[in-house]
Amino acid sequence: MTIIKRGLTALAAGAFGAALAVPAFAEPVKFDFWFGLSGDLARVVDTLCKNFNASQSDYEVVCTSQGNYDATLQNTIAAFRAGKQPTVVQVYDVGTATMMLSGAYKPADKLMEENGYKIDYADYFPGIARYYATSKGEMLSFPFNSSTPLMYWNKDAFAKIGKTEAPKTWEDVGADLKALKDAGYDCPMAINISANESWQLMEQFSALHNQPIATKNNGYDGLDAQLEVNKTKFVQYVTDLKKWYDAGLIKIKSKDLGQDMVQAFATGTCQVILTSVGDHGTVGRTQKEGMNWDVAELPVYAGTQRMNSLVGGASLWVLSGKSDAEYKGAAAFLNFIHDPKTALFWSTNTGYIPVTKSGFEYMKSQGFYDKAPYKGREVAIASLTASEPNEITRGIRLGNFTQIRAEFGTQMQAIFANKVSVQEGLDNLVKNGDAILARFQQTYPGKTLP
Amino acid sequence: MEKRVTFSKWRIGILFAVPQLLLIFTFFYWPAGQAVYWSLTLQQPWGGGNIWVGLDNFRSILSNADYWNSITASLVFAGISTGLAMFIALVLAALTDRQLAGSWLYRVVLIWPYGIAAPALALAFRFILAPEAGFMAVVNHFWPGVWDPGLDGADAMASIIVAFSWKYVGYNFIFFLAAFQAIPRSLIEAAAMDGSGVIRRFWDIQLPLITPTIFFLLVINITESFQDSFGIVDIMTAGGPANATNLMVYKIYSDGFKGLDYSGAAAQSIILMILIVALTIVQFRFIERRVHYR
Repeated sequence: MTIIKRGLTALAAGAFGAALAVPAFAEPVKFDFWFGLSGDLARVVDTLCKNFNASQSDYEVVCTSQGNYDATLQNTIAAFRAGKQPTVVQVYDVGTATMMLSGAYKPADKLMEENGYKIDYADYFPGIARYYATSKGEMLSFPFNSSTPLMYWNKDAFAKIGKTEAPKTWEDVGADLKALKDAGYDCPMAINISANESWQLMEQFSALHNQPIATKNNGYDGLDAQLEVNKTKFVQYVTDLKKWYDAGLIKIKSKDLGQDMVQAFATGTCQVILTSVGDHGTVGRTQKEGMNWDVAELPVYAGTQRMNSLVGGASLWVLSGKSDAEYKGAAAFLNFIHDPKTALFWSTNTGYIPVTKSGFEYMKSQGFYDKAPYKGREVAIASLTASEPNEITRGIRLGNFTQIRAEFGTQMQAIFANKVSVQEGLDNLVKNGDAILARFQQTYPGKTLP
Repeated sequence: MEKRVTFSKWRIGILFAVPQLLLIFTFFYWPAGQAVYWSLTLQQPWGGGNIWVGLDNFRSILSNADYWNSITASLVFAGISTGLAMFIALVLAALTDRQLAGSWLYRVVLIWPYGIAAPALALAFRFILAPEAGFMAVVNHFWPGVWDPGLDGADAMASIIVAFSWKYVGYNFIFFLAAFQAIPRSLIEAAAMDGSGVIRRFWDIQLPLITPTIFFLLVINITESFQDSFGIVDIMTAGGPANATNLMVYKIYSDGFKGLDYSGAAAQSIILMILIVALTIVQFRFIERRVHYR
């Protein structure tokens, strides 16, 4: 049936083509872009795609949401194995190691060079660029949606305990939470302990305190890296969180329980949360009428030299096996996204931060950060650029990191349910995580990270 | 006595069977064979190549405490939810069969839960059983901290069992009701005339006569509880807290698709398949003996 249909279409097309002899306009080259955002964010991406298509007539990007990051990666892998992969795909931060070993991509820096685009790679915030770059600093993918975590705090509640500034150290946080509890607040701080919170609780904490997550410089220097979070400052952090939880200073909030921590903060139920700058817009839109709140950098322990926080989000990979024309289109698309004006559009409509210094400067010059709903988001840039990233704070390059995050959730839940002690739980995390890493290394015999 | 329909020419039989065999081969044997092959290798997710590792995948899975925990959780889930779903459905069907007032309505309404997709059902139950916002919030209001599926593994397990059973009560109900209605009225009337009460008739006449249905539903429910639990677990608990609800089928999904460990997931699905086959054989060998076909 389809063969007949195709044959007929071909015949019709042939006849049509012959009648016209020479088409007046070349059809734009179409290429696919798969992404993992949904809801409001997906609509913004669609607008971005429309803007690109309207900005020129040579290429047409077809943007398709795959629902979430996991599904995007899974579907892309399935499509790649069937030879039907999209040209550009959005892959989340922790998928970077998997992508680098896949052999399924075309390096973004080469692509841009071949197609005559000059990208100033030094323009990217180093904290962002180095997360996605190889150990030698080459950009294999382009940072796209980027964020970093912040501490959201309720100014009204803190005013009640005589504080006008957010606590800067975890020692102060402990004291303030106690004071909030004594002042009658039932939920001074909300956290969640699922796989997702590995990001702000373990990964960001470790970067800020210059503590490694794994050996071999967090995996950048080899696939034989092993976790070591059971003997860093992280142990003390989990111990404190558990202590505060037991004292009723911290409540666990997740959507499974009825209210996630962003909702808990926006409704004024809980007074402090640690979450992505990407939630800044949501809190602003859904907050209780008249509530005063602000954001601050994540606290560190007293006496710590504060380091840069890590970028979270996703980057855009160009896959191999496509035609030159499609690559030309992809390069034009990446160039479009790199433009500071796109950065302004993107950050205005989402909570994500600009990824380049020029984008940030442009947004500042447009007065973006002075206006009420966006004011405060510059703290994210301050946090990302608190220091020059070093070998440990440039990022995490571990295989199957999604599974390690899941293991983090499992062990944190075991710790908070008093099934194991803090040290036992973290030892289990390291043991099981190392097994995951060993398996990843076995799957790629003889291969090394670029 | 058993009846057998036979064809005089065996070729015709084969010809009739070919389309079916082809379908089964394409959609069952071929993928299953592929899974066996994957389980004996280490597959690179992007298809860059694979290495033959023999039974290593099975060894590493079976020596993993988390996996045994997952098997235990699956068996507990299968046992309790099958028991619950079948018992409730049996009672409901027996009552409906007695033509109590409004039974025509139950007959229609009780099948509906089975028509609801697992994720939608799970979303509804997530709300109903949420300790802070749903109906269980009332319980927690009077006894603070009693219900906490976020940290208490037993509570989380109870949640998914309730959701799953609720769905299968409707399915089982229809079969039970049909079985009850297939029992000749004369038998029951005769018993009634002999002076036996409702309960007596149920135990001595109705229950023995529907044993084939009970057996059929037992096999189906146990099999489905291993397979159809995925959507419910995914939405309600995602395998947590601390792996308490990480059922085998969910672990296959999370290891394979989230963790991109295709080989480990393939090995796990082979084990799951063997387990279900073994359970079914056991049921046919030991329980079917007590079933009386008419």
